[in-house]
Amino acid sequence: MGEFVIKMPDVGEGVAEAELVEWHVKPGDPVREDMVLAAVMTDKATVEIPSPVDGVVLWLGADIGDIVAVKAPLLRIAVAGEGEAAVEEVLPAATEPLAKAEPVVSKPVEAKPVAEAKVVEPEKPVGRPAVREPVERPLASPAVRLRAQEAGVDLRQVSATGPAGRITHDDLDQFVARGAQPVAVPAGLARKTTTEDIKITGLRRRIAEKMRLASARIPHITYVEEVDVTDLEDLRATMNAGRKPDQPKLTILPFLMRALVKTLGEQPGVNATFDDDAGVVTRYSAVHIGIATQTPSGLMVPVVRHAEARSIWDSAAELTRLSDAARNGTAAREELSGSTITITSLGALGGIVTTPIINHPEVAIVGVNKILTRPVWDGTQFIPRKIMNLSSSFDHRIVDGWDAAVFVQRIKALIETPALIFIEG
Amino acid sequence: MKEIVCKLLVIGAGPGGYICAIRAGQLGVDTVIVEMTKAGGTCLNVGCIPSKALIHAAEEFDKVRHMASHNALGITVEAPKLDLAQTIRWKDGIVGRLNSGVLGLLRKAKVKIVHGRARFRDGKTVEVETETGTQVIRAETVVIATGSEPVALPSLPFGGAVLSSTEALSLASVPKTLAVVGGGYIGLELGTAFAKMGAQVTVVEAMAQILPQYDADLVKPVAKRLNDLGVRVMTGAKAKGYAGEALEIETSSGKGERIAADKVLVTVGRKPRTEGWGLEELDLDRVGRFIRIDERCRTSMRGVYAIGDVTGEPMLAHRAMAQGEMVAEIVAGRKRTWDKRAIPAVCFTDPEIVTAGLSPDEARAQGYEVRVGLFPFNANGRAMTTQSEDGFVRAVARADTNLVLGLQAVGAGVSELSSSFSLALEMGARLEDIAGTIHAHPTRSEGLQEAALKALGHALHI
Repeated sequence: MGEFVIKMPDVGEGVAEAELVEWHVKPGDPVREDMVLAAVMTDKATVEIPSPVDGVVLWLGADIGDIVAVKAPLLRIAVAGEGEAAVEEVLPAATEPLAKAEPVVSKPVEAKPVAEAKVVEPEKPVGRPAVREPVERPLASPAVRLRAQEAGVDLRQVSATGPAGRITHDDLDQFVARGAQPVAVPAGLARKTTTEDIKITGLRRRIAEKMRLASARIPHITYVEEVDVTDLEDLRATMNAGRKPDQPKLTILPFLMRALVKTLGEQPGVNATFDDDAGVVTRYSAVHIGIATQTPSGLMVPVVRHAEARSIWDSAAELTRLSDAARNGTAAREELSGSTITITSLGALGGIVTTPIINHPEVAIVGVNKILTRPVWDGTQFIPRKIMNLSSSFDHRIVDGWDAAVFVQRIKALIETPALIFIEG
Repeated sequence: MKEIVCKLLVIGAGPGGYICAIRAGQLGVDTVIVEMTKAGGTCLNVGCIPSKALIHAAEEFDKVRHMASHNALGITVEAPKLDLAQTIRWKDGIVGRLNSGVLGLLRKAKVKIVHGRARFRDGKTVEVETETGTQVIRAETVVIATGSEPVALPSLPFGGAVLSSTEALSLASVPKTLAVVGGGYIGLELGTAFAKMGAQVTVVEAMAQILPQYDADLVKPVAKRLNDLGVRVMTGAKAKGYAGEALEIETSSGKGERIAADKVLVTVGRKPRTEGWGLEELDLDRVGRFIRIDERCRTSMRGVYAIGDVTGEPMLAHRAMAQGEMVAEIVAGRKRTWDKRAIPAVCFTDPEIVTAGLSPDEARAQGYEVRVGLFPFNANGRAMTTQSEDGFVRAVARADTNLVLGLQAVGAGVSELSSSFSLALEMGARLEDIAGTIHAHPTRSEGLQEAALKALGHALHI
C-alpha cells in the first residue's frame, strides 16, 4: 500500500493561501481518479481539487473554513502498489506526521491512518454519491438543473436512477429530502457544508456602504471614560415620579443630549462635518443629534433637530417620536439625515466598552455603555455607586486627542453634577 | 443634464442586451439601456435578419428563373426580373418593424432607453453622448453587450468597391461580378444569394476547405450546389488587393491571378467591439481580444458583467440572448449559472447546415467510443416531393449508453430541426428516446428518427 499526499495547489493569481470551502470525501471513502475531492476558495475564485489517483482517503488535513497555505498537505490517499509514479508529491508511506505543515493549517495531527486494509473498490459505490467522469456535466434536464441551482444542490452529488445516468426530478427530491433529515449520519458532531448566499440589498446595503466609507476614510480614535451617574439617576427618578401625564418618561439620553449641547457650545470643533474630498470642515451652530436606532430591517439614525432649542422634556418627546417612526418605517427622509453628531446606545445591552464607528461625514460619536452598580472607595469606605462608561470616537484628522479628552471630561463633569446641565451660562 | 441613477445599466441593445434589459425589467429591476444606433444590434439591423430576407428573395428569384426553361413540374413563366432596390426596401421594412418591436418590448418592461454612444468613466459610471448633450448614468451593475464588428483585411480596407457584410445587405443593384473573400458562413450565405440573383461569384478562401468549422461530409452538398450555381470556389488562396476592378489573389500553387470583380465582399471574420467606449479605463481581464467572463458572465471587475459577441465564440445571437436572460436573473437576486449543454449553430447556405453538440470526430477526440447513424434525404419522401434530396441527418451517441452527444444535418430547410436537436441534448436523450418518438410523416424531421434508428442498427427506410 502506497500513500499519496495531495497538497494545496498553487491556485494562481499570486495567492499564498486559500480557504477550504468544501470536502466531497471523508476518511475511508474510496476515490477515483479525477473525482472532485474538495473545493478551495481564494478571494477571487473557487477552485475544485480533483483526485489524481484511485484509492481510499486516509486523512483530511483541514476543516471547512480553514485557511490552508499553498503546498501544505490537504489530504492523504492510500493507493495500490508503491505509489511510485506520484513523483514529488508522494511522501514515503511512513512520513512523520504533518506537524511541519504550515501553522495556518488548524488541525494537523488528527491523522488517524484508517485501516489500510480496506480494499479499493470504487466500482461499487453503494449508497455513495454516483461517481461520474469529470469532463461530463451531470446529465439532467434543464428543469431539473434549474431546480438544483435554486436549491443550491450540486448535481454531481446526486445519484441518478434515470437511463444513461440521467438525474430525474425524483432523484433530486430524494437528495433534498435526505439533506433535510440526514439518515445515515452517526451520532455526534457532523460537518456542515451548506452555505447560503444572501444578496445584500436595500437598507443593509446602505449600511454596509456607509460603514465601509466611515471605516476606510476616517482614522478613528476611541476614548473611554467612566462616569458616575448616581446623582443623575436620582434626579431622573425624581423627575419621572413627578412628571405630568403628557410628559414622556425620561431615559438617560435626554440628559446626555442636553449635556452635549452645553459642551458643544464650548467646543464647536466637535459639532462638525468634514468633507474630505474638498478639504473643508463645516462647524454648525445648531446641534442636530443623530440617534443610532435598531429597527427590524437594520441600523437607522433618526435625527433630533435643533437639540439646542429643546428642553429636556421636548428632547425626550422628540426622541421617542423619531425612534418609533424609524422602527415603523414611517420616518421621513429628512428625519434620517442631516445630523451633526451622533449618540449610540444599546441600553441594557450596552456592554462595558464599545468602539463606535463615526457617522460619516461627522467627526464625533458618543457611545453609551450600560450602568453598573460598583463599589467605589470614597476615602474611608466602599460605597455603592452607579457607574456608566462613555465610549466616544473622534475623527483624528480633525479632533486631536487632547480636545477629545477635554470634550468627554466636560460631559462627565456635567453628568456627575447634573444640576450643572440646567444652569444657564 | 440630470444624472440617471439606476440598478442595472445595459450597454448595447443587440439581442443579448435587449433580452437582458427586458428580463430585468420584468423582474422589477430598475434598468437603463444605451444604444448608439438602432435597437436590435448587428443581428437585427445588419446580420441575421436582413441576410435571411435577402437569401429568401434570391431563392424565390432563382426558383422562378429556373421555371423559365423546361422543368419537371411543367410550369411555364416569362423571363423574370429582379428589382434589387425594391427587395432592399422590403427588407428594410421588416428590419424597421422589428426595430420598433424591440423598442416596444423594452418600454413595456419599463426599461429606460438612452440613445447615444456610451463611454465608461469608471466601473459604475458611464457617460453617454446623446443628441442633447452628455448624459451621466450611474448604476450598481453594468452589463457590457457591445457586440462585434467585421474584421477588415489590411490589403482590402473597407470602402468603395470593397464591402463588409453590412454594405452588401444594402446594394442598390446586383453586381455583375462579385468576389467573396472568406468562405465562412457569412461569405457563403451572401455569395450564394448574389449568385442566385445573377451575379458571377468567386469565393476566395485561405483554408483548404470552405466552411472550415464543419466536417467535410456536411460541407459536400453545399460545395456541390455552389458548383451548380456557377460559383467558382478557390481554396488555399489569398487575397492580395483590389485594383482595376479586379481582385488580385495568390492561388494555392503560389501563382498570381486577377479575378474580375465589380464588388469585393470581405467576410474573414468578426472581432469583439472593445474599443472606443472606455474599456481601457476598466482594465478588464481578456482572453485574446475578448472580455474574460466566468460561468455567471461576471468580468474581472465586481458588478460588471459581459455578454454576447464581446465575450467570445460562438458569436451567435441566441447565445447572447441566453446569457442576457441569465444575467438579468442573477442581478435580480436569483441563483443562476451557465449550464447549457448545446448552442445550436445554423448556416443558411443552400442547402442549410445545422449542428448541435459534438461531431463524430470531436466526440472521439474527447475520448468517447461513439456510434454514428446517418440518414440521407434521398430516402425521404418529403425531400423527394420538394425536389431537394441533397443532404442527410446524422446522430452521434456514446457507444456504451447510447446517450446522444451530437446531432447534425445538411439539407433544405434543416435549420428548423435545430430545436429538436438542442432539446434532445438538453434533456439528455438517448438514441432510443429519439427513435421511440413518433415523427410526423411525411416530413424531413423523420430523418432524425431514422438517423437514431440507424445508429441503433435498425433503420427502417434504408
